[in-house]
Order: sequence, then structure tokens, then C-alpha cells
Amino acid sequence: MTEDIRALSAQYAADPSSLVFLRLAEALRQRGQLEPALKIALSGLNRYPHLPDAHDLYARILADRRDYASAFDEWDTVLRLAPHHIGAHKGIGFLYYRAGEPEHALYHLRVAAELDPGDEGLRAAVERVAGGREIWDVPLPVSPPVRDAETRVAPAPAAGDPFTGVEGAGQRLLLVDRDGLRLGGALAAHGGRDVSEETAASLAGVVQEAERAARLLELGEWDHLTIEGTALSACLLCPTADTSLLATMDPGHPVGQLAFYAERGAKEARAWLERAR
Amino acid sequence: MTDAYAAPLDSLTRLRGIRGAMVVAAQDGLVVAESLMGGVKGTPLAALAANLAARVIELSARAAVGEPRFVHLQAQDGSLLVAPAAEELLLVAVAGRDVPLGLIRLEMLRLAERLA
Repeated sequence: MTEDIRALSAQYAADPSSLVFLRLAEALRQRGQLEPALKIALSGLNRYPHLPDAHDLYARILADRRDYASAFDEWDTVLRLAPHHIGAHKGIGFLYYRAGEPEHALYHLRVAAELDPGDEGLRAAVERVAGGREIWDVPLPVSPPVRDAETRVAPAPAAGDPFTGVEGAGQRLLLVDRDGLRLGGALAAHGGRDVSEETAASLAGVVQEAERAARLLELGEWDHLTIEGTALSACLLCPTADTSLLATMDPGHPVGQLAFYAERGAKEARAWLERAR
Repeated sequence: MTDAYAAPLDSLTRLRGIRGAMVVAAQDGLVVAESLMGGVKGTPLAALAANLAARVIELSARAAVGEPRFVHLQAQDGSLLVAPAAEELLLVAVAGRDVPLGLIRLEMLRLAERLA
């Protein structure tokens, strides 16, 4: 039930540093007053940047504002801070379901249901997403499933390709050496045009600038670079000192997921390079 | 600082974890406006961010990524964040480690849109 906003506002005004901001912003959100809810949530998040419930609240507001990518990243932040946070698993499950990825949705909703076995609504949601399959007797996987393949047309990966068997191989993962020579994988533009060779040629320059910027700004060793573009999102990282990898996803996907996907590609690339050497 | 940029940059640097924020000319990497904490040097930051952005724009065109809306360089001890704003301008920020980047990203995208 929505709490009395007037009473909560008075408490918040009396002590803006208290945790009452969580209840006030949530009450405003439930009433559809998203702008004031957002303002209060952000203010609270500034005071409590490591509080999982503050990020969870912020994510719910973002989801209500249909900023699903940011909501995903916030819930992802919650799970990094508190891996068993029920609200974050429910939220991410909802986003995956909405994005048409039922297996991912099922995983997170099942985790939430196991954490809160008394939530009948959640159990019903799990069964609905499972689509009539027997679900409760099947053991819960230890990690989320690999993302579904996208429908972009692209050349199949060559035999011996480092990404054989990885979702999106041949269209969303490209491995190159320091000289810009393509070692494996491929990238496809929307419509299926292969853009691997032209992309490979410019990766070395970006890696050099990333290294230089991180070093001169005293940010330590760089880990990855993400680009949110109008047509695709891309993540660049270096699986080894002498190779670089570019992974892409459609822009609707959360950047956090893209970084995980790129890291998975890097792991495959390292194993492949190790075998080749 | 140029008045038009003072308020947006101040609102950005008030966010927890932000070490500095700037508006940079994309073409030549010159500082247009800045709001920096001690220890962050504006001139090299602007030049490095502009160079990186130029490379990213070139890569994005070749890889069919489209026009970059937000660029995030994640390093061990912090992040360099770049949001192309108005034509020929970049909104640049440096953040420390373990900061709510989702929040900072959102604010930068909002400010970049406003600057445009």
C-alpha cells in the first residue's frame, strides 16, 4: 500500500540524510510521480552510493521511465553489491522477459523465487515464463544461460575460429592482432554486410589511445572501452597483450551485459591463442 | 568558466566520485570550460579525451556502430567518460573507482543533450 506521502515528506524534510528517502521515493513512484521520485532517489544515492536498496529503487524508477538499459545496469550494480538481492533478480528477470529472452528471465525469477519462497505471485510469474514446462523439479543452473543468438545475417565462423560455439560468433565478435590483422571472428553491420576487415584496421589506434589516456591520467591499467552508438553498442578489450577484441550488441541491450559478453569472448580467445601457440 | 557551461559542469562535479568535468572542443582538444578538482590537469585531459573520441568515431563508422552517444574507458583506478554534445563539443568527465557510473552516465547524457 502506498505510504502517506505527506508524512514521509515531513520526515524527509526533518532529516534529509535519513533512509526515509527510500520509502518516500518509492511511494512517489507508486503514485506515478516519477520526476520527484527520481530527484529524491538520486539525492539518496549520492549520500549512500553503496546501498543496494538505493540502487534498486533507482532502477525501478528508471524502468518506469522506460530507460531499460540504465535500469539493467543499476540492477546489475545491486547484484554486485548484494548477489542475493531479491528485487534486483526480479527486476532483471522482468527486463529479460520484456526483451524476449525467456531463459534469462526464468533464471533470475527462479533465483528470486528461491530467495523468497513465500511469494506466490513470483512463483506464478516463474511458471508463466516457463510456459507450462515443469520447472520446480529442474535444478537451478549455477549461472545465467548464454544470450540467445540475434537474427542478423552474417558469415559463419571459419573452422578453427576462436569463437566457434559462442552465441553471435561470426557477426558480433572480432579478434585482431596488434597490426590490425584479423585472427578470428567477424563483425556484421545491420543488413549483414561484413565490416570485419575495415574495423580490424582501426582497432589498434583506439587501443593505443586508450592505453595512453589511462596512463597519462593516472587511471591505472585500462580494462575495457564501451561505445554506445546509435546503431550498435560495442566493447573493446585486450584478451592478451598483443591482441584486441571488439564485441557488439544491439543498442537496446544493457552495456553491463555487453561487457560480460566481451569478457566471455576474451576468455575463448585466450584459450584459442593458448592452443594455437 | 563560460557561464553557459558553469551550471552543467557544476551539477556533474557535485556527483560523488567525479574528479573533474570539462567541455572540450572535439576538433582540436582545447578546453572550452572546466570544473576540476585538485590534481586533475585540464589541458592534457582535454587533449587525451579529444584524441580518444576521434579514434572512437572513426572505429564506430567502420564497425557500423553509428554515432557514439557515450564512451566509457574503464581502468583499474577510475574511468574516463566522454559524451559528444553539441556539434564539435565533447562533455568529458573523470571518475574515481567504485562510483555509481550508471548515475553519472545518465547525468552526462542529460547534460550533453542540454548542451546540444
